Amino acid sequence: MKRFAASELFHSFRHNRSAMIGAAIVAMFVVMVSIGPWLVAQDPYDVAQLELMDSFKPPVWLEGGVPQYLLGTDGQGRDVLASIVYGSRISLFIGFTAMLGSCVLGAALGLLAGFYGGKLDSVIMRIADIQLSFPSVLTALFLMSAFGTGADKVLIALISVGWVVYARIVRGSTLRESQKEYVQAARVSGLPNRKIILRHVLPNVLTPLIVVATIQVGTFILIEASLSFLGVGVPITEPSLGLLIKNGFDVLFSGLWWISVFPGLFIMLIVFGINLLGDFLRDELNPRLK
Amino acid sequence: MFGYFTKRLIQIVVVLWAVSVLVFVMMSFTGDPTYMMVPLDATEEQIAQARRLLGLNDSHLVQYGHFLSSLVRGDFGRSFVFRQPAMQLILERLPATLEIVILAMAIALVVAIPLGVYAGASPERASSHAVMAGSLVGISLPGFWLGMVLIYVFAVKLQLVPSSGRGPTQELFGLRVSFLSWEGFRHLILPALTLSVGTLAILIRIIRAEMMEVMKQDYIKFARAKGADRRGVLFKHGLKNALIPLVTVFGLMMGDLIAFATLTETIFAWPGIGKLLVDSIYRGDRPVIVVYLMFVAFMFVVVNFVVDILYAVIDPRIKVK
Repeated sequence: MKRFAASELFHSFRHNRSAMIGAAIVAMFVVMVSIGPWLVAQDPYDVAQLELMDSFKPPVWLEGGVPQYLLGTDGQGRDVLASIVYGSRISLFIGFTAMLGSCVLGAALGLLAGFYGGKLDSVIMRIADIQLSFPSVLTALFLMSAFGTGADKVLIALISVGWVVYARIVRGSTLRESQKEYVQAARVSGLPNRKIILRHVLPNVLTPLIVVATIQVGTFILIEASLSFLGVGVPITEPSLGLLIKNGFDVLFSGLWWISVFPGLFIMLIVFGINLLGDFLRDELNPRLK
Repeated sequence: MFGYFTKRLIQIVVVLWAVSVLVFVMMSFTGDPTYMMVPLDATEEQIAQARRLLGLNDSHLVQYGHFLSSLVRGDFGRSFVFRQPAMQLILERLPATLEIVILAMAIALVVAIPLGVYAGASPERASSHAVMAGSLVGISLPGFWLGMVLIYVFAVKLQLVPSSGRGPTQELFGLRVSFLSWEGFRHLILPALTLSVGTLAILIRIIRAEMMEVMKQDYIKFARAKGADRRGVLFKHGLKNALIPLVTVFGLMMGDLIAFATLTETIFAWPGIGKLLVDSIYRGDRPVIVVYLMFVAFMFVVVNFVVDILYAVIDPRIKVK
């Protein structure tokens, strides 16, 4: 930790305002999803705690709003803020886990393709090419239409579209690294391939992935929201921010805007924070731009 | 050049074949379509007969064979819901989608080019930072949510434009378009605007990055040194060279627009192929989903093919391999 605090990266972070804003937004969300459920008064999915009398209350600053419900309530008397806290947990969990899964799968395939080359390489990379020619939202939408709803299925769909970018980057760097002396030396000294890949190549191909991984969490949160909005993402029992927007869309035309507008604002805020951090990391970690 | 053409054509066929395999595999995941086809009170016997007629008792390989041969023959099956050829449904709705996609692309280009050039030419100015922050917000917001906000503000509150649907259409070169009449245009503007925001935001960033790269080149310094006026340098020497890499991402952006059109069309009840896809997914209308995917895949490979050729034509430094 001390080493990190003294590092060049941390130094430029302290002097970069947008990076600090991004980090603050992300930190705020992490706090919100970890302790938020204990801070909000209501568990929006415990039917016993819902008061139908309190349905469709506007936000507190509008006429008819009550202090108990800061951002208003929906048709079942659910506190919009409480729903957002619970929904952010699901959205962030899916975005982050899907990123980890894509990263592991993509890096593994990229290492194999780059290190062994040959048929394995061409098969993996052709699949990657074909997938890249199709927008990820469409592929994910199509996969979900076959799988049916569920957070686990959303994860599978996101990982199936997300691995490609890691595989391509890792394959490229693995090809370069394999030519270098230290890998040749490890080969000559008779180390098994598995060890060369994991101990020597892997640590040297990871850095470029950090930027992609950061931004991908944001992209995944947006794709998940789109899928859930279309009704093929998470089920109604695990409403993410996207599903909250969908539920609010039905009553938007009656002027009840707060049910859908606030969840969307929170999506925008978290993805914006993540993107600010991603931009900062890209500028810092890319030696070409320095 | 000829060798390159044939190689790319073979590649296109391979991609389409791969998509057909993928579509087939995924479709066999979605369960038994027999129940979509038979009446609710069908007997066991009728169901079994329907399964036989649909060829569902054959092995997967044989089924795929049938599927592929009908695709090649141009027989894409009939919609379970509309009882019409699925391809016809797609083609009927295609002009509506192309209309918002093309208008969205036009809006994105018209707004993004000056902003991107400006932000790239003087990156340290406060206004350039504002442009970049704005484009980052554009990338970060869910487009469908923005569409809802626009509907609320402009259709529900201000009542300037209608909230959904496509207005009256006119015939233009055999296609039904709606931008020719004022009423049609009023229906068109919000969906196109919503769809354009994501692309617009990304375009600004790409153009800015390219401009920053180009502005460092010697020919820009030379043009400045010889006293060419600033706007001329920016747009004639700078932008022209910054646009070349933009051609390569054009195909990708068209793809994204078509993909996000599914969401935009759903929100605005716009009768295009995206809404057709979403509706068909709800109804389990398998043939329509298959045709949509095959059709869109075909469109993408063709666009990318054209883009690659264009790229080689525009930039003579790139030798076609």
